[in-house]
Amino acid sequence: MSVLELQAATVRLGGRTVLDGVSFRLEPGEVAGLIGANGAGKTTLFRAILGQQALSSGQVQRRGRVGYVPQKFLLDADLPLRGRDLVGLGLDGHRIGVPLRRRERRERVQTALAAVGAEDFADTRVGRLSGGQQQRILIAHALIAEPALLLADEPLANLDLSAAKQTVALLSTLAAAHGVGVLISAHELNQLLPALDRVVYLAEGRAVSGSTEEVIREDVLSALYGHHVDVLEVNGRTIVVAGEGEAILS
Amino acid sequence: MLSVGAIIAPGFFASPAVALAAAVGAVVAVVAGAVGVFTVIRGQAFAAEGLADAGSAGGASAYLAGLPTLGGFALAGVVAAAAMELIGARRARSRELATGIVLGAGFGLSALFLYLGTTQRGTGAATVTILFGSIFALRSGDLPAVLGLGALAGTGLLVLYRPLLLASASPELAAARGLRVGRLGLAYLLALVIAVALAALSVGTILSTALMVGPAATALKLSARPGRAIALAGAIGVAAVWLGLVLAYDSYAWPPLHHGWPASFFIVALILGAYLAASAWAARGERA
Repeated sequence: MSVLELQAATVRLGGRTVLDGVSFRLEPGEVAGLIGANGAGKTTLFRAILGQQALSSGQVQRRGRVGYVPQKFLLDADLPLRGRDLVGLGLDGHRIGVPLRRRERRERVQTALAAVGAEDFADTRVGRLSGGQQQRILIAHALIAEPALLLADEPLANLDLSAAKQTVALLSTLAAAHGVGVLISAHELNQLLPALDRVVYLAEGRAVSGSTEEVIREDVLSALYGHHVDVLEVNGRTIVVAGEGEAILS
Repeated sequence: MLSVGAIIAPGFFASPAVALAAAVGAVVAVVAGAVGVFTVIRGQAFAAEGLADAGSAGGASAYLAGLPTLGGFALAGVVAAAAMELIGARRARSRELATGIVLGAGFGLSALFLYLGTTQRGTGAATVTILFGSIFALRSGDLPAVLGLGALAGTGLLVLYRPLLLASASPELAAARGLRVGRLGLAYLLALVIAVALAALSVGTILSTALMVGPAATALKLSARPGRAIALAGAIGVAAVWLGLVLAYDSYAWPPLHHGWPASFFIVALILGAYLAASAWAARGERA
């Protein structure tokens, strides 16, 4: 049974069609890349999946909880919140009252921290962690609520190469270990490629989905964009040239 | 070694005015510290200032009408908070603008009411009381209202602690958890109105922001844990208020006037000192 299924999901905002009949599904344990240039509709698609954006037509079906890992996380260095506290809020931040010092809660937080390899910096204020470390805390924050689906919004955008590689490996490991479906948005496919079971390619609000080989082809992408698109091989890397100023590296 | 008797003047503990000031001051400091931690996390010190300035107008008009000033502070605060919400819509930039407009209106009305108060009564007592506080001149009738409002804000914060903490640290994460970030912000604003009104009663509207934000900002330097930061902010506030009362009482024997220095001055000076010391301590810890 799919953890996520979109059927002709369409969103119109102020007369503009931001998402145009987007359909795809995601199975448990699958890692999918939501690939598209800036403005292709990735954020709107995430908002629709999270239930923060109503559809004009079509359907979004989710099974189980949805965990969300936001893109930009600019926190003040003095914020009195350790990584451990933020992960705890992932467990029960929606509940009223103050958290009780229960052993079970402490252990679940510790397990989530261990799952993302964040034990060493769990007692540091989150605002003082590096981008990669914050990313891990945020993934643990989402993971501890035991989601069936994990949405990661441009998780590689602000990371250096090695941190990006580690994040991709981590998300891929978590998908396999916890059977959680992972949807990662990115405007660059290159670093994600080794981890992806599926690509959802978004252009001008429309989407095609399938394996990398099925989607990253000149005929498929040209049909998606509605005009000719070049898919070039350069030094073993694939580059999609879709028009002026829009290139996606894969 | 300095003996306690050298710091605490004779008669300090026997004075009912001192006892009332100490009791009200402690409640106010605890509430201001707890609310203040969220104020600092949310970066809304400016909103606290705006509510205090609107409170000046409320306090001054209540004084003019011979009503309790605390009620005036609180009512004007609620009106100001509602105005900020109406003008401010949702975006951070328009919030700042809304606060500025409310703050300006508050000052304008304060100028009118304080002027009327001064000309009517023939003294500037109202101006000093409203703007700079007179914690030794509290009325015992104020105590139930202080306790009631303090309990209301405190209970609200305890109940909403986790959602408010998450929404204050990251509205995005809170929204993804299905929390109503806007409503949480409104609930926080009401707690802020109460805390600012209480702080204004003790140290005056002008200095209330210092009591709101100072102990909280100090606590944030000293603890990385949210619960501890709140407890610390309350403790720092209570210590500053009590020590400020002791020094103000002592100052009746001081030059130049032998008439006593205002308690508000000592309280705010102690808070500033604590903040500077905590900053230096935190900076040293980071280098090590």
